[in-house]
Amino acid sequence: MPIIATQGLTMRFPGVTALDALTFGVEPGVVGLVGANGAGKSTLIKILLGLLPPTSGQAAVLGFDIARDGGRIREQVGYMPEHECLPPDMSATEFVVHMARMSGLPATAARERAADTLRHVGLYEERYRPIGGYSTGMRQRVKLAQSLVHDPQLVFLDEPTNGLDPAGRDEMLALIRRIGAEFGISVLVTSHMLGELERICEHVVIIDGGRLLRSQAVATFTEASGVLTVEVDEGTDKLGVRLAQAGLSVRPEGRFLLIDIAGEGTFDIIRDAVAELELSLIRMEQRRHHIEEIFAAGGPDLADGQPPPLGQPGPLGDAGQPRPPLPGGPPMGGPPPRGPQDGPPQQTYGGTYPTGGPDR
Amino acid sequence: MTSTIHDIGYRHYDGPRLGRAYALRSLFVHNLRAAYGLGRPAKTKVMPFLLFGAMLLPAVGSVAALALTKEPSALIRYSAYAVFLQPLIAIFLATQAPVIASRELRFHVVPLYFSRPLGRFDYVLAKYGAFTTALFILLATPVTLLYAGALATREPKKVQAGEPPPPKLPSIGEHTVHYLGGLVGCVLFALVLAGIGLVVAAFTPKRGFGVAGVIAVYLVSLTTVTIVQGIAESQTNYTVSGWAGLFTPFYLVDGVQVKLLGAQSSTPQPPPGATGGLVFALVCAGVILASVGILYARFRKAGLQ
Repeated sequence: MPIIATQGLTMRFPGVTALDALTFGVEPGVVGLVGANGAGKSTLIKILLGLLPPTSGQAAVLGFDIARDGGRIREQVGYMPEHECLPPDMSATEFVVHMARMSGLPATAARERAADTLRHVGLYEERYRPIGGYSTGMRQRVKLAQSLVHDPQLVFLDEPTNGLDPAGRDEMLALIRRIGAEFGISVLVTSHMLGELERICEHVVIIDGGRLLRSQAVATFTEASGVLTVEVDEGTDKLGVRLAQAGLSVRPEGRFLLIDIAGEGTFDIIRDAVAELELSLIRMEQRRHHIEEIFAAGGPDLADGQPPPLGQPGPLGDAGQPRPPLPGGPPMGGPPPRGPQDGPPQQTYGGTYPTGGPDR
Repeated sequence: MTSTIHDIGYRHYDGPRLGRAYALRSLFVHNLRAAYGLGRPAKTKVMPFLLFGAMLLPAVGSVAALALTKEPSALIRYSAYAVFLQPLIAIFLATQAPVIASRELRFHVVPLYFSRPLGRFDYVLAKYGAFTTALFILLATPVTLLYAGALATREPKKVQAGEPPPPKLPSIGEHTVHYLGGLVGCVLFALVLAGIGLVVAAFTPKRGFGVAGVIAVYLVSLTTVTIVQGIAESQTNYTVSGWAGLFTPFYLVDGVQVKLLGAQSSTPQPPPGATGGLVFALVCAGVILASVGILYARFRKAGLQ
C-alpha cells in the first residue's frame, strides 16, 4: 500500500498556484521531497496532514483520505515543522511529555516514551534544562523527538537539516536513515538540497513551482551509465589516442577519459593498452548517473513518462535566479568533480541545485 | 549512575491512544497550571500567587471584623467582592492572559498541536476553559472564605444584662443563597474577563505589549464609563448612567448580578429596568461567544503558518 498517494492535487492561493495538479505515489521507506524554497513543499505537507483543504484533487495518507479522515491521519503521523516551534521556558523532557499527551498517550506512557525518544535522538542530561539555552542542533533534535514520541507510522520532516553545520547535518541525516531502517517508521523528508537526500532516501519526489518534476526510486536515478571513467597517472593523451585507434569512443574530461562501453571487450582493450604503454592506472570505474542530472537539459534515459521542462529555467532559486553550483563538488560517493568544460549535455548546470555543500 | 547508556534499540508503542477528549483534558490542566506558573520556573509563580494572596487579604480582614463586632455589615457582600477588588483582578488578567494566549503564538508552537488529533476548537476551548477556571479560583476563593467566616460567626448565646442586644445576623440559609448567587457571579466574571483578556493577548504576541494591552482596555473602558456616568448623574439622567455600565467589563457583569441574580448593585448605577438586565445578559453572552470565535480564527491562522 502506498503511504502517500495524490491525484491531481492543486492548491491555489490568491495570486499564486502553490501546487499544480500534483499526482504521485510513494511506498513505505525514506522518501525525499525536493524543491527550491517556495516550490510548495510545506504547503504539500500541510495538505497531507489534513490541515489545509486543497483547491482540487485528492490525496490519501496511510490509506486515509485527507478530506474525510484528517483526524485518523494525524493520530498516526508525526510532523517536524521547518521553523522554530519550541517554548524556551520548558525543558525538553517536559515539552516532549506534553506533546505525547496531546497525541493521546497516558501520563506514564508519555513519560517513558519521551525519555526513550530523547535518548534515541541523542539528548541526554541536557534534556532537563530549559530549551531556551539549547544550540540549534539540540533544538532540531527536540523538534524531531516531539514528532516521534507517539510512535507514528509516518513522519513529515520539513527541512530538518536547516541551519545545521556540516557535522550536525551528517548526524541528522544518519538519524533520519535510522528512523527509516531501524525504527521502521516511514519518513517524508523535505530539502532544497538534492545531494543530501540522495544519501538517505530510497525514493525522491521533486517538485518545482508546485509542479511534479519527478517521482522516482533513487536507485534508478543513479544506475550505472554506459560510460567508463579512466584515470591514469600521466600519459592520458597517449592512452586516449591508443584507445581511439582501437576503435573505442573516447573523450577527455579534465584529467579523465570517458569511454563508451561497447561490450565486455572494452575493459580488456583498456587494460591491454594501459599495460602496453606502461602507464599506472589509478581508476577505472563505471560512471553512475547523478540525481541532479535531471535538472539539466537532457537525460532522455531517465525519462519516466513525464519529460522535464526543457530549457525552462523555472523559479528554482530563492529570488527566481538559478543557483550557481557551489565550489567543492558533489558529496562523497558521487562521481568525480566536473568542470565547465564538460562535454555531455546532461552535465551542464542549467539552474541546478547545490549538492550537499554548505547551505548558505 | 554509569556514564554509558546502553542502547536497547527502538521499541514501538502498542499501548492505548486515548484520543481527543483525553488530549483536551490534558491541555486544559496544562494551561490551568500554567496560569499559576505551576510546572514553570519559580519566577513565573511570583505574580499569580502574590495577587492570589492579595485577593484574600480583604476577605480575611472582613471575617475578622465580623467575628469581633458581630456587625453583619462588616462582612463584604459576596457579589461585590470582584467589583471592589477589580484593579487586582485586572492586573492578574493582564499578567496571566499572555501566558495562556500569547506564549504559544510567539514561539510558533501552535502547529505542533494541530498536527495531532486535537481539533482547533478543542484547543481554543481548553485555553478558554483553563483561564476561566484560573480566574474563577482567584475570585471564588475569597468569597468562599467570607462564607466560611459567616458560618463560623454566630450571635453570642447569652446577652449580658444591661447591654443592648446585638444586631441580628442573617441566617445560614440566607447566607447560602447569597453565596451561591455570588459563585454564579464569579463564573460570569471569569468568563467575560477571560474572553476579553485572551483576545487582547492573542493579538499582542510580545508579552509586554500583551500586559499593557489588557491593562489599557480595562483602564480606558472604566475611565470612559466613569466620566460618562459622572456627567449623566450630574444632569440627573440615571438611565444613561445605567446603560453606560455596558461598556466596562466589571459593571457589565455586575448589572447581570443585580438584575438576574438578585444582588445589590456595587456600581454607581445599575442597568435600567428589566430590559436593561436582559440587554446586559445578552451583551455578556455576546462577549463570550465573540471571544471564542475570534480566538478560533486567530489560532487557526497561526496553526497554518
